[in-house]
Order: sequence, then structure tokens, then C-alpha cells
Amino acid sequence: MADLSMSSAMTGPRGAKPKKAMSPRNIMLYGILIVVCVYYLLPLWVMVMTSLKGMPEVRIGNIFAPPVEVTFQPWVKAWAEACTGLNCDGLSRGFWNSVLITVPSVIVSIAIASVNGYALINWKFKGSDIFFTILIFGSFIPYQIMLYPIVILLREAGIYGTLWGLIVVHTIFGMPILTLLFRNYFSSIPEELFKAARVDGAGFWGIYFRIMLPMSLPIFVVALILQVTGIWNDFLFGVVFTKPDLYPMTVQLNNIVNSVQGVKEYNVNMAATVLTGLVPLIVYFVSGKLFVRGIAAGAVKG
Amino acid sequence: MGNSIEVKDLTLNFGSVSVLKNMNLDVAEGEFVVLLGPSGCGKSTLLNCLAGLLDITDGQIWIKGKNVTWAEPSDRGIGMVFQSYALYPQMTVRGNLSFGLKNAKVPQAEIDKRIARAAEILQIQPLLDRKPAALSGGQRQRVAIGRALVRDVDVFLFDEPLSNLDAKLRSELRVEIKRLHNQLGNTMVYVTHDQIEALTLADRIAVMKGGVIQQLAAPLEIYNRPSNLFVAGFLGSPSMNFLKGRTVDNGRAFQFGATKIDLTGYEGGAVLERDDAILGVRPEHITVSTTPLAGPSIPAEVEIDENLGADSLLWLKAEGTNMSVRVPVEGRVPAGTKVHLGLDIPKASLFDAKTEQRI
Repeated sequence: MADLSMSSAMTGPRGAKPKKAMSPRNIMLYGILIVVCVYYLLPLWVMVMTSLKGMPEVRIGNIFAPPVEVTFQPWVKAWAEACTGLNCDGLSRGFWNSVLITVPSVIVSIAIASVNGYALINWKFKGSDIFFTILIFGSFIPYQIMLYPIVILLREAGIYGTLWGLIVVHTIFGMPILTLLFRNYFSSIPEELFKAARVDGAGFWGIYFRIMLPMSLPIFVVALILQVTGIWNDFLFGVVFTKPDLYPMTVQLNNIVNSVQGVKEYNVNMAATVLTGLVPLIVYFVSGKLFVRGIAAGAVKG
Repeated sequence: MGNSIEVKDLTLNFGSVSVLKNMNLDVAEGEFVVLLGPSGCGKSTLLNCLAGLLDITDGQIWIKGKNVTWAEPSDRGIGMVFQSYALYPQMTVRGNLSFGLKNAKVPQAEIDKRIARAAEILQIQPLLDRKPAALSGGQRQRVAIGRALVRDVDVFLFDEPLSNLDAKLRSELRVEIKRLHNQLGNTMVYVTHDQIEALTLADRIAVMKGGVIQQLAAPLEIYNRPSNLFVAGFLGSPSMNFLKGRTVDNGRAFQFGATKIDLTGYEGGAVLERDDAILGVRPEHITVSTTPLAGPSIPAEVEIDENLGADSLLWLKAEGTNMSVRVPVEGRVPAGTKVHLGLDIPKASLFDAKTEQRI
């Protein structure tokens, strides 16, 4: 009797509900995803394919076709031989200039902005909120308005046209958004942790370095990605505040692509463009993994 | 014994908002004082002022006979335990315990000794090399207490330390804190909104509201003889029944609706004749009878009958007023029954409705 009732109870649907692979929802979802992917990847495909072709093959005009004869000559030329005016050492000079600009700018701006954000949240002083408002306001003023005044300021300071001048400019312009970023992150760290550290006798720097920093790796990675991409991709400040032999990679790329001597070498231009975009891409993929790790786990109730 | 903590005329304003008003509080050495009140009453703020985490607007704070009004938190001779535990997540338990000592440049041998002692008292020896993330809530709070313990201070400040724990752990740790206090004899100031914690732990309770201490007394005194309506209503669950009426017969009786209640045996000041008075009676100080009582009794009707296991609660309506009465399980009365209520007047409290103060 017990067996009978058991078997009758077990007929009909049981366990996990089966999922249909071709449901309207899935067709819609993956359809849109595929369209978006093609939209973004097609230009990259064209660039990489063109850069691997010789000029005769480029002239045929079939830009979507893969190269018949693969050649790396355009890449070599873009890196080391392409001419801008009298210089014929390609992108390599711009690359090293960009490195010299980006590395100190990123480090200095993140260091200052993180201390700013920490102080604005945990060591409020009279007028700290007004200070913060003014700082954020700065990020809404178009850069172009400030170009000429900054040229004068840098000239008076004696660093116009030097790498350091550009580094100072990048550091200052990174300040509003980075301070906002760090302030908001530090505000999510429980205030009681800060209070406990004060009872434990840690001071301003002690709390910053020993309590806040170790808990803030994710936001430092975000700031790093933001700054490296921003500064590496900058064109305007690079062309305004430096001299030709100090031009960053983006300016150098522009000059290579736009220099009109004889034939337009589309394959070299494409290779040069991919090379320039490579650095932010690498930074993104390497550090992106650190994005999601929750560092604050275990500090509070959980 | 002298006073461990003295708060003198403490005032704290945030801008134009007055958070603590001219507060005075003396805590004797080795005493366990609980600051109790609803959220926003200033109890945690007062604790933060004691710890030096908030700058006060006016007044003085003395700890162990020293004026610490302007002293840094670490120089006040206090240890503090927070609601969210506030353990440093990147450090091991040992690192958490030693952080403050290293900042104070205590020699390593002494640090090891103190950690060993604290770990033994709190029974956290096996956890010393774990990170906070690998600990349960109860273990984390134990470590947080340990962090105050290793500082070797006379005054412990607790800021709602048990509020994040589940009910079972809460009662376990409550007993443990009491045991710790008996064992160490430190002065403890403990903030909570949980009246059970307050009643069980405290030598004295300070009930706060609106930045003012309403009553500061031993738990039973506060429970039995609340000094005003707020204190009376805040302590006790379910809260005290308030009967609105007036005192008559030159203060010898209380007129509640049609019933005249004899006030003989009431402990308090001169009752006099007042037009607006409130008689407060706790649910356990009311007897319920289905037959008329000998003396004057209040007619009522049972609306809901709640079984709590150990005893049961009757929710009734008498003269338009909602009342609750605690009765033994065998004394349960089904809903809808008409009953008669008798009040235990010596245990009742009488308030002036205008001043809200106890008479």
C-alpha cells in the first residue's frame, strides 16, 4: 500500500525544471549579444587584417578578406621606421615618451588623490565639504578653457615644454575624479574600523597605511586603469604642453597617419594604431582580475 | 572607592542641533553602568565623547582622576568594543590584538604575555593565527573584547556589542561579559537599546532620551519606580499599562472611568487631587478574575489571548483603554470573556499627565 501511494505521488513533473535552449528569450538575448560583438569586433578585424597585408594587397580593396600573404613588415615599419617630418624612428620614440609621462603621472595622482579622499572622509575639517564641492566642480569645466592659462602658469614655473610640466598637468586634472572615487570608496569602509584604530593609538598616516591601504586594493586597481587609459590616450595636453621630441605616442601616431609624403600606407597606419592601443588593453586585462575580489570581507558582520 | 569616570556639564552640539545637554554622570570604580535608550537618544554619542572620538562643545570629562577632555583616544586609558566588531580584516587575530600595543611601543615580550592572558580569559587561543573572515560572529566579538582587554585599561566602553549576534549567541555572550566584569572588576560603560541586556548586566542604568539622562538608578529601582512616563513606558515588555484618569478624595483614590480605585499603599509623594493623572501598572501586577472581586475592580473584555509558553498574555479593553495582563498559563481566559481586573497598587506608579513626572 505504501509502495503504491509512493509511486503514484512520484509520477508527473519532478526535480529541476527543464530549460529550452531555443526559447524566444534566449534567441533575443544571444541575438543581440552577437550583433553587438560583431559591431565592436569588425573594425578591429579590419585593422589587424589590413596591417598584415602588403600594400599591393591593400590596394585590391577587399578590406574584410584575410591576407593572402602574411607580412609583419608594416608592424616593423610602424614601430621603428615610419617618418614624421625629419625623424624616421617610428612610434618607438613616442612609446618611451608616453611611458615616461604615464608612470609618474599615474603614481603621483593616485597617491595624492587617495590621501585626499581619506582625509575628506575620516578627518573632516572645517570647510572640508566646501573644499570637496569645489574640487568636484573642477571636473565639469571643459579642459579647452584652461589650456592657455596653464601654458602661462607652466611657463612662469619654468617647466613649459618639459615632461615634468605635462606630468603636473595630468596629476592636477586627474585629481577631481580620483578624489571622488577614493572618497566614496573609503566612505564604504566602516567608520568603526577607523575609530578602533584611533583607540589603538594609530595616527593619520598609521591608519592610512596600515588599515585603509590594505583594504583598498580594488579601488586602487580601478584608479590605475582609469589613469593609465586616460593619460596614455591623451592627445590634447600632449600636443599643447610638450615639444616635438617629447611628443607622447598618440601625437606621434597622429603625425605618422597624417603625414602626406607619397603613398598613404594604410597597413602601416593600422599597425601603428593597434600598437598604440595595446598598452591600455594589456593593463585592463591584467588588472581586471583584481576588480572583483572583496577585500573587506570579515571586517564587519557577515 | 573613587569615581572612575566623571562627566561634568557635558554639552555637545552638531551645528545648531543640540545632541547632549549639560550632562553630568559619575561612574564609580568597578561599576557597570548601562546607557539605555531608543535610537537617536545620544547614548552612543556620549560613549564616543568618553572615548575621545568626538570633540565636545562644552564641559569636562575625567577618567581615573585625570582631566582627559582634550586627550587623544589612545591616551585616555580606555578600551572600546564596537557593534560591528571593527576587526582589521587584513590582520590575524594576533595582529588585531597587538596592533594597539605596537603603536604604544610595548616590548614584544610584554605583548606576548598580554595576548596569552587575554586569549586564555576569552578562550580564543586556537584562533590566534586566523583572519577575522574565518571566524564566526561570536568569535569575532570575543576577539574585539580581547583587543580592549590587552590594553590593560581600567575602563571598558561597549557600543552595542551584542546587537549583531543572533538571539542564542547574544544571551551566551551577555553572561560572558557579566562573568568578565566579575573576574576583572573593571569599570564598564555599556550602550544598548536592549532592555534585557540593561536589566541583567547593569549595576546602574541610565535611561536616556533627547540627550538627557531621564533616570539613573539600579535596574530594579528603574523597573519598579520609574521617575517619569518615558522611563515607565520604555522598560518592560509588553510595556506598562497607562490608565488616564484623575485623583479624587484628597488623593486617596484614583477615578478611572466609572471605577474608583483605592490608592492605599501607594508609595510616592503627596498625591493631592489632580485632574489629569495617569496610573501606570505593569502587566504582571494585575489580577484577572471572571467573578467580581471583593474590592472595586475594573470591568474589561478579553480581546486576544497569546500563549507565550511559560506564561500567557491577555490583551483586554477596559473603559476604552487597551491593556495587557500577564497571567499563568492555567489562568488563561478565552477571547470575548468579560472579566474583572484588580490592581496591585503598592507596585503601581502614578504620574502627573502634564509634567509626565512620577508623583
